[in-house]
Amino acid sequence: MNIFLFELKNYRKSIIIWSLAIGFWILFYMAFFPMISSNSETYDLIMQDFPPEFLAMFGMNSDLPMSSVLGYFGLTFSMAQIPIAIQAANYGFHTLSVEERELTADFLLSKPVKRSKIIISKFFAALLSLSIVNIFVWISSIASIYLFSDAKPFDLNHVLVLLSTVTLFQLFFLSIGMAISVSVKKIRSVLSYSMAMGFGLYIMNSFKSLFSSDVFGIISPYSHFNPTYILIEGHYHITFTIISVLMIIVALVMSYFLYLRRNIPSL
Amino acid sequence: MNVIEFKNLTKYYGSVKGCENVNISIKKGEIFGFIGPNGAGKSTAIRTLLSLIYPTSGEVTIFDKDAIEFGHELRKDIGYLPSEIFYYDKMKVLDLLNYSASFYDHDCTDKIQELAGIMELDLDRKIQDLSYGNKKKVGIVQGLLHSPKLIILDEPTSGLDPLMQQKFFNLISEENKKGATVFFSSHILSEVQQLCDRVAIIKEGEIVKIQDVKELKTDNYKKFKITGNNLNHGRFGIKGITNLIEAESEVSFFFKGNINNIVSILSTLELTDVIIEEPTLEEIFMHYYE
Repeated sequence: MNIFLFELKNYRKSIIIWSLAIGFWILFYMAFFPMISSNSETYDLIMQDFPPEFLAMFGMNSDLPMSSVLGYFGLTFSMAQIPIAIQAANYGFHTLSVEERELTADFLLSKPVKRSKIIISKFFAALLSLSIVNIFVWISSIASIYLFSDAKPFDLNHVLVLLSTVTLFQLFFLSIGMAISVSVKKIRSVLSYSMAMGFGLYIMNSFKSLFSSDVFGIISPYSHFNPTYILIEGHYHITFTIISVLMIIVALVMSYFLYLRRNIPSL
Repeated sequence: MNVIEFKNLTKYYGSVKGCENVNISIKKGEIFGFIGPNGAGKSTAIRTLLSLIYPTSGEVTIFDKDAIEFGHELRKDIGYLPSEIFYYDKMKVLDLLNYSASFYDHDCTDKIQELAGIMELDLDRKIQDLSYGNKKKVGIVQGLLHSPKLIILDEPTSGLDPLMQQKFFNLISEENKKGATVFFSSHILSEVQQLCDRVAIIKEGEIVKIQDVKELKTDNYKKFKITGNNLNHGRFGIKGITNLIEAESEVSFFFKGNINNIVSILSTLELTDVIIEEPTLEEIFMHYYE
């Protein structure tokens, strides 16, 4: 429990900053909806001129026009997914590598504690921290939809289904980040790894839309939990969700065993 | 009873040798020295002891239990001071020590205060504001605050001024008297000489010799330096003399053997001064590294 609390305390500042940043990001984006909604015909006309692949690249779909509440929210949410991903990846790359990077491994690992306990404490501390940010995503999403829906109709259930994907989405980046951090010798800069992963998989998802090929979507959680798809269908994409969950499980198991057998280099 | 036992410990980092076939037994209550130049494999052996790294082959036992398998239990009774000290920079010293203490079952508050008092450590400062020597003190307190039965020191004295070094040695001796076994790695022979009962010499990853420190010194040569007049007449060509440097007014040499042979020669000379010294461990060990 002491490691868990210690880790959580270290995340405190980061949780506050990310919660506010992502929360305001969503509110800020949604604040433009009334403007778009009042000129909806013009926008829809412009959108019709673009090929569907191009629209899909930016998370739009002709079944869910930008002038509808959910259409615009889908766009907002797909943008919010990027910082959510970067934060989760950041925690993933950070949590198991920080001791070696900041050379405090000798301190922690010479204490009477099993490595399995360390990794479990660290994992749950990171997950809880991400979940706090997740709560802010829920609050600001729902609040901003009600605030800026411009009296247009929408199906709240579809929004709730979409918001429920955030946990898995975060888990994906957290666990893959952890798995990579224990597979390599040393992570020097956590931020560059997490930015690369956050943006890289986003771009991969854009390719998927651009080429209308699911192949590009297989390993990208942006495709697994595509906001447009979920807001239209009102449920998860089953195959992609299973792939995502499997990848999370494999990454967690891999992190666990590699961390247990890891040689901690001296300075 | 042996507190630590290395049995054919071998560790390779890829193709690079860390140490090979290390066999050492350390008895309860002993202060055991571990001597070798940098990169000889001292830290490799110590890090295996704490299961920071895993052996390629062989095994290590502490209190008759496998150091890897029972590592977390054994570490309850181990205090470790690494050679380089790094802690969570933003924490206050006291917070770090309390965090450290939270890993042990018993209350360590009094011991923290006692140790901090001895080492003159300010508990309210942030770790990042401390000098290297002061960080080292944090390391010492953090390594001893749970009254460990086995103390492992990896080149502990670098960065400490001579006064603090002496206090630290006294502290270690005190703990030793209370029953703690000490495993002390160093490349500075004089401190090993001062503190240790037995010593193992490691060279290029292999143990060259394990010997009693006292025995090592009594069983060895003496250093002679004599000054006087007309000394340079080849009188010192007897058995047991090495490193002979003869000049008209000063002769120095090492001697191992019956001391009376030397005294009888000296009695025939007209001397102004005689110095007979124990050789330092440096001088004794030097030939292991040649």
